[in-house]
Amino acid sequence: MVNAAPVMTEKATEVKVSVRNLDMVFRTDGKSVSVLENITLDIREGEFVCLLGPSGCGKSTLLNIIAGFLQPTNGEVAIQGEPVKGPDPRRVFVFQERGVFPWLTVEGNIGFGLFKLSQEERASRIAHYVQLVGLQGFEHAYPSELSGGMKQRLEVARALAVNPDILYLDEPFGALDSITRLIMRGELLRIWEAERKTILFVTHDIEESVQLADRVVVMSTRPASIRRIVEIDIPHPRDLSSPRYIELRDSIFEEIGLAHKV
Amino acid sequence: MKDREAIILPVLSAVVILAVWHFGVVLTHTKIFPSPLDVVRGLNELVHRGLLLSYMRDSLYRAGIGYILATILGVPIGIFLGWYKLPAMSANPLIQMMRPISPLAWMPLAVIWFGVSDLAPIFLIFLGAFFPIVVSTMNSVRNVPPMFLQAGRNFGLNSVALFRRVIFPAILPQVLGGLRIALGIAWLVLVAAEMIAVNSGLGYLIIDSRNAGKRYDLVVAGMLLIGVIGLCLDILVRRTERLKAVRWGFRAD
Amino acid sequence: MKILRRILPFTSIALFIAIWQLVVVWNHAILIPGPWAVVKGIIELAQKGLLLKYVVASLFRVTWGYLLAVSTAIPLGLFLGWYRRGEKALNPIIQVFRPISPLAWIPISILWFGVGDLAAIYLIFLASFLPLIVTSMNAVRNIAPVHLNAGRNFGLSQGQLVLRVIYPAVMPQLIVGLRIALGVAWLVVVAAEMIAVNSGLGFLIVDSRNAGNRYDLVIAGMVLIGLTGLLLDIGMRRLEKLKALRWGYGSV
Repeated sequence: MVNAAPVMTEKATEVKVSVRNLDMVFRTDGKSVSVLENITLDIREGEFVCLLGPSGCGKSTLLNIIAGFLQPTNGEVAIQGEPVKGPDPRRVFVFQERGVFPWLTVEGNIGFGLFKLSQEERASRIAHYVQLVGLQGFEHAYPSELSGGMKQRLEVARALAVNPDILYLDEPFGALDSITRLIMRGELLRIWEAERKTILFVTHDIEESVQLADRVVVMSTRPASIRRIVEIDIPHPRDLSSPRYIELRDSIFEEIGLAHKV
Repeated sequence: MKDREAIILPVLSAVVILAVWHFGVVLTHTKIFPSPLDVVRGLNELVHRGLLLSYMRDSLYRAGIGYILATILGVPIGIFLGWYKLPAMSANPLIQMMRPISPLAWMPLAVIWFGVSDLAPIFLIFLGAFFPIVVSTMNSVRNVPPMFLQAGRNFGLNSVALFRRVIFPAILPQVLGGLRIALGIAWLVLVAAEMIAVNSGLGYLIIDSRNAGKRYDLVVAGMLLIGVIGLCLDILVRRTERLKAVRWGFRAD
Repeated sequence: MKILRRILPFTSIALFIAIWQLVVVWNHAILIPGPWAVVKGIIELAQKGLLLKYVVASLFRVTWGYLLAVSTAIPLGLFLGWYRRGEKALNPIIQVFRPISPLAWIPISILWFGVGDLAAIYLIFLASFLPLIVTSMNAVRNIAPVHLNAGRNFGLSQGQLVLRVIYPAVMPQLIVGLRIALGVAWLVVVAAEMIAVNSGLGFLIVDSRNAGNRYDLVIAGMVLIGLTGLLLDIGMRRLEKLKALRWGYGSV
């Protein structure tokens, strides 16, 4: 976290993503499983929103639907009024680090979506994002030579390089060790503050959601619905021992029904 | 609905292929190449002459003996070579040299040693199945995760118990996979061997039907029988892969 | 210790040859020639100019049949792997044809192409075609969905998707499949030559026996077959390593 005077995130007002009455039912071999139930949600421009819930509750499914990789059974998703019909480079999905292409170098991966630009523009974009995620010196390395954290940063750089309006992140730090995770959260916030994208972030980690998000959407177990939306009104950088942080975090613990003693 | 597609589509394409075949024969007025109907009549004829069953029995008998021999010898040798590194390093070049030699190339030698009898094809089938079984068994032993062995030793298992309770169950899926592939090879070699060295069996049926009267309807009938039986054998072995003892080793597709 | 490691691979071959020699010397009735006779046989073939001629003939047939199979089976297999309907429709039929030894096609092949190179090439084509289709189908099915989704997310058209995601993703598996299919092609060419043509290593074996019981040449032929097949295999493995290293597969 950067040591600067705390800054309140401006209350963004423009609705970027609107989800209305979303249901998702999966049918396999004659059995139908209801995964999402009546999800209605608004995400505003420039917001950092976390979808929080236990593993398998359907939050990844919701993210995939919003991103256009799945069609919902009912309901609709619209981005600035336009209904979502499929994936789009203006809204890039960041998978876990296994999403990077193993057959391309760091440069190759970052430049992957930039095929519409000229050579010079590509090169300068790639250089900028290599710098931004801190992978200098590894431009010609292959993913197999990178650590988990580096691969994740590569994935983020690749997503950012096409300058999307929205970033969808699906438990991106899940495969990393907890120390790296803390570092990566700081990096993500730094990038977010620098580039001000709308971010929708899926996680099962309560602390992570309170550390990162402007709003936390707490989801129930399957079939998932929205239990509560918690506004995190602490300015960045967030002090993890401040009373307000602990208060907000504990309230989510209680919402999920967990005692915070082990 | 999706499951119905899995039945309708192949049936549809089979019908299309049969139709193309049938009309191809009819339209080109070929006198030699059989139409699907001719093949069916040919099969019928074989049944009536009692040849169908006896040829099938002979082929299955030869393939079976050769294959079982290859398994009985191949699996233990494979395990030995997989476990003891030095003999493996020594034997490996020899195995690699012998593998690319088509079993059929051994035919003249086989004939010298075993004469023109069932033994020659059985020997060839044995050769064809032996090497893949040894190699896959060897690899399966090498691929046992070291932590399984460490856990076994940790619990105080001696070598014999280690083999029986850790190694053997651990290698079973891969060994079965190798056995299935080897069976396919055995079946291929069998047909080829029968075309050269004996007087009965499905492979012989094919060559003989052509030589003794250009009965291409019987040739194609024989080919289809070979395909279907080979497929059934393969399916049978795949069934064993579903047994609880080994199911864990096969990805759920 | 290092010297031991270097010699070890050859010990079994040396042992094998030694036992062979002993058996032949010991048991005169065994009819097969000893190792030295085989070596002399190989030299004889080289002197007659037949060695090169036969090896080239076999390689020629393999190359043509194999390349034909590669150029047809891989695109078709990739297509079938991609369009589930196509796979469902044709897969059962492929499964029925797979167990039919290519050699079982000999009568039909001779009927269509006559006795000669074309028939042999057709057999090799058949032998390589089916394994390659199956491998290609499986390779496409095994592409990690994340990669396809990422490609679509970045706005790739279908054509670009194929070129920039599918092709690199299937390459490692394809190369392994290519190596195995080449091995199969080599096995079949020898068998095909024993039955259907008048040159090549397979023919050498049958002919040497038929035209004078020259078992030294028979075994010489077997040795050459083994060696050539082994070299082909090693060559393909080199190719595998090259690509694998370049993309750093195996430990993503």
